[in-house]
Amino acid sequence: MNRRLLFLLPLATLALMAGFFAWSLLAGRDPASIGSVLVGRPAPRLDVKALRDGEPPLTDALLKTGKPTIVNFFASWCTPCLAEHPLFTRLATRDGAVIIGVAWKNKPAEANAWLKRLGDPYKFAGADLEGRTGLDWGLSGVPETYLVDGQGIVRRHFRGPITERDVNETILPFLKGAK
Amino acid sequence: MTPFRRCAPPSPVDGGRKDFSSPVCRGGGLKGRRGSWLFVLLALLALPALAVEPAELLPDPALEARARDIGRSLRCVVCQNQSIDDSAAEVARDMRRAVRERLSAGDKDEQVFAYMVARYGDYVLLKPPFKAGTWVLWLGGPIVLIVAGGLLLIAARRRKPIPPAEPLSDEEQRRLNALLKN
Repeated sequence: MNRRLLFLLPLATLALMAGFFAWSLLAGRDPASIGSVLVGRPAPRLDVKALRDGEPPLTDALLKTGKPTIVNFFASWCTPCLAEHPLFTRLATRDGAVIIGVAWKNKPAEANAWLKRLGDPYKFAGADLEGRTGLDWGLSGVPETYLVDGQGIVRRHFRGPITERDVNETILPFLKGAK
Repeated sequence: MTPFRRCAPPSPVDGGRKDFSSPVCRGGGLKGRRGSWLFVLLALLALPALAVEPAELLPDPALEARARDIGRSLRCVVCQNQSIDDSAAEVARDMRRAVRERLSAGDKDEQVFAYMVARYGDYVLLKPPFKAGTWVLWLGGPIVLIVAGGLLLIAARRRKPIPPAEPLSDEEQRRLNALLKN
């Protein structure tokens, strides 16, 4: 057997590993990402008290109006929520998106004060103080955002704050295209 | 863990009182080596603290035991590689509560797992199921072992035994003896 070929083995291993690392870095692989199993399935049950005084509780009916909906879980104690907040404000005012906000593990008084200070982009707002609705929606923290089409099917699930790029490349086309 | 506190020697200042806050000193009868050995032994016996809080426990011990078994195999979704029983994260607490609620409602263990998988995917299982996407994970180790073991075996069989050394000639023996004498 040609022994010299054996010396190439470590090099080949190195090349293989370098290839894997390069792919991981360049293709944006995130080993911490837990993905979402909800995409393509009917949205989980929506059943939360209203955040604002005197409004009726939020129900599933809000997700099956024939119009696409954005469901956003947030909290006043969450800094990334603060970062993505202006994007929702713009989506609501400029693009006329229907956004349902759910305050997760957040005292209603604090969530309301936060919205009063920053502006309230939510057409409907719920208070999930105990995190039960969050669990039903497979929430791992806040913020998380779901795009739900008019039939109540989840089309996209963002874990973490949405970005300008998400708005332009995913959310706006979804709002235009989904029925 | 609280730092290890040594026994304070009886001093005339405080009237010879011992430091009773230290676990080693409690009881006062253990001194020096024996005390520290006992401490090491107890430290080894200590179990990792669970994040499960007393208020979360179910009154029925059998149900609670099942909840613990399930909790140990469910992965906390925000902490990389901790079970929900080990994690103090908010989400982990919600998941523990959900497990107990499902069990109290009469769910079988498999139904509880299915409930979690429906929301968080296979990621939530610390022991992933065997399927198309995970067979490399399950079989990769054994395959590498078998292939490498086979190659080693072949290489070992091929190796020629080392020929026995030739006996020294008379001349060489004489030189060796001369060297050894000095």
